[in-house]
Amino acid sequence: MAVKTLDFHARASKAITNESLQKSFSNLKSGFVAARARAVAALPEFEAMREAGAAIKDHTLDNLDFYLERFEAEVTKRGGKVHWAADAEEARLIIREICADVGAKTVVKGKSMVSEEIGLNEALEAEGLEVLETDAGEYIVQLAKEAPSHIVMPTVHKTTEDIADLFQEHHRAYGFSERAHDAAELIAQVRTLMRDKYFAADVGITGANFLIAETGSNIIVTNEGNGDLSCTLARVHIVTAGIEKLVPTLNDASVLLRLLARSALGLETTSYTTLSTGPRRPGDLDGPEQYHVVLVDNGRTKMLAGAFRPMLRCIRCGACMNHCPVYLSVGGHAYGSVYPGPMGSVLTPMIAGHEKAKELPHACTLNGRCQQVCPVKIPLPDLLRRLRHDQWEEGFIKGKARWGISLWSWLAARPALYRILTRLGITVLGIAGRSRGSFTRLPLAGGWTTGRDMPAPQGTTFHAAWAKRKKRA
Amino acid sequence: MTEADISPPEVRKRPRVGLFVTCLVDLFRPSIGFAAVKLLEDAGCIVEVPPQQICCGQPAYNSGDVAGTLPIARQVIEAFAGFDYVVGPSGSCMATLRKDYPEMFKDDAEWSGRAKALAERSYELMSFLTDVIGAPPMNVRFEGKATYHDSCSGLRTLGIKEQPRRLLSDVEGLTLTEMQDSETCCGFGGTFCVKYPEVSVKMVSDKIGNIDMTGADTLLGGDLGCLLNIAGRLLRLGKPVRVFHTAEVLAGMADGAAIGEREKS
Repeated sequence: MAVKTLDFHARASKAITNESLQKSFSNLKSGFVAARARAVAALPEFEAMREAGAAIKDHTLDNLDFYLERFEAEVTKRGGKVHWAADAEEARLIIREICADVGAKTVVKGKSMVSEEIGLNEALEAEGLEVLETDAGEYIVQLAKEAPSHIVMPTVHKTTEDIADLFQEHHRAYGFSERAHDAAELIAQVRTLMRDKYFAADVGITGANFLIAETGSNIIVTNEGNGDLSCTLARVHIVTAGIEKLVPTLNDASVLLRLLARSALGLETTSYTTLSTGPRRPGDLDGPEQYHVVLVDNGRTKMLAGAFRPMLRCIRCGACMNHCPVYLSVGGHAYGSVYPGPMGSVLTPMIAGHEKAKELPHACTLNGRCQQVCPVKIPLPDLLRRLRHDQWEEGFIKGKARWGISLWSWLAARPALYRILTRLGITVLGIAGRSRGSFTRLPLAGGWTTGRDMPAPQGTTFHAAWAKRKKRA
Repeated sequence: MTEADISPPEVRKRPRVGLFVTCLVDLFRPSIGFAAVKLLEDAGCIVEVPPQQICCGQPAYNSGDVAGTLPIARQVIEAFAGFDYVVGPSGSCMATLRKDYPEMFKDDAEWSGRAKALAERSYELMSFLTDVIGAPPMNVRFEGKATYHDSCSGLRTLGIKEQPRRLLSDVEGLTLTEMQDSETCCGFGGTFCVKYPEVSVKMVSDKIGNIDMTGADTLLGGDLGCLLNIAGRLLRLGKPVRVFHTAEVLAGMADGAAIGEREKS
């Protein structure tokens, strides 16, 4: 996974002044947040479903080895093949080999975050394969040579005008000489040019929203129907999925599907819910000749073993980022990872290591809104704080941040000394601030005073004033 | 029947409350602490302020320094051991006592019981006055059109939402208009506001946009961290909205300078 998170601060600051970017987020704020709230309000059992969803995932994770083997057995029974990839490199290798074996030249892809995680497109293109993203959002970022900025809505950082410009530049080759005027025209262009590509493709690669252990099925949800076409029309279907995508039964999946559409988009259900189970059987009218499932670990079993297991409940709905005031201020690209926002700030260090992602757990006010909306009740703020604890212990927090806090902790455990120092400091600040009420600049407070005044203290500490009052009484 | 049940109300034992001042109130705005004392005393409590308290330890805990937090937390647990209740004018600090302390000491045989016992007796001020003690009407006046900011920890960890509003609804002369997104973080976030000032300022600017839309002349809230942040930005933007802690208004002690305001000479 390409992780460029070390300059979160710089990118975030730049994003805030980017007007077009800020404009594009306003839709997310007013649109999806409101839609989710309506969908949840209309479903009295939503809280009970969250409990049930979390319980299903926890049960599966507690017995993951069993369900993985059952899944493999079911896929094999139906003529498919399961591949196990320990990390991104293995996953890329397996998929490249499958493509080479069938002499593939062209690949169509349904939306898959795990394929972004393992850097699949670049690996296949390096082998000379033509890779086409078929989800409209993914197609747009592919065309723009960008990364998705959201796990459900890859182009949420772009306005309709941005996309119209992009299409005008690239779609002349397909006979579209006019600039599109609105979203409907843009989507129509994508549908038209995509149609032939599906039929011509050798391999279709999709992700998985859920893998069903009892039947060996893969479920994907889409709103464009591109997932269906990517599954059924190519000669070979490859499913890429993290091992945490498993659920025991179709019934379990139905609970999670109800949570997913509401949490992600505020919809009761997505337009398409596609099940694929093995390759084409004798007598079937369509379907691929070969069916492969590549199960990716890439740091997940490590999470399974420790305090971060609840993160593996994640069903990738994006509600945490839609409700995150930091994400909504800076956008997904600032995070520098394929997984942005609260879930990404937990997942990225777990996958890529603290060193590469050490800013992310701090890019959060611990306000708790993500946890409140998470359909499977992942305690995201607690996990982010836990990552900070681990970083501290492993020495990743250094310099001013470490010494400042250490000094404070040391002093806060020494009341007598603390009182003397703070009384002195507050008296000075109180005298200096009395006539103006606040400071526009203060030594050592640059982080605060770049955009805010510092309200002046009242000039005495509570404890000093209280002691005086006690003496008088 | 126990003795307490038959004794007349005036002899009934008044609850002994330890005031958890919080470090920000201690340093920046002692008047909030005195307002809390008044509200608690008016509600029939005996209030004491144990001197061996500094901070709840949250700045260290949230920055990753668990080892540095533990001595601070133990100091708080010891300082407040003998009280019927521990009450503080901050949802954030009291959430640390209630939720984080038991978690910090869960594998510590010596301290886990004491941390849990403290957590069970610890309350944020508004929640204590409303949910526990049933405070009497405050009979105060405050002229103003106010709006209320829900601070995150109080709201989401302690469920503080209606309590301050219910208490404020009795204040004569005060009207409360809800702002849009009152539950959205103001961007303070402890050290977040100085680590990522640009993001923090963007968030507090959004908050101020929502305050503006209500036409309020006063912003109220229950956590001094958020209030310093919002007041600081209001001052920088030159907006005349006055900022007070809810306790100051309820105690009738909001007649002096608001947060960041020049003292009248």
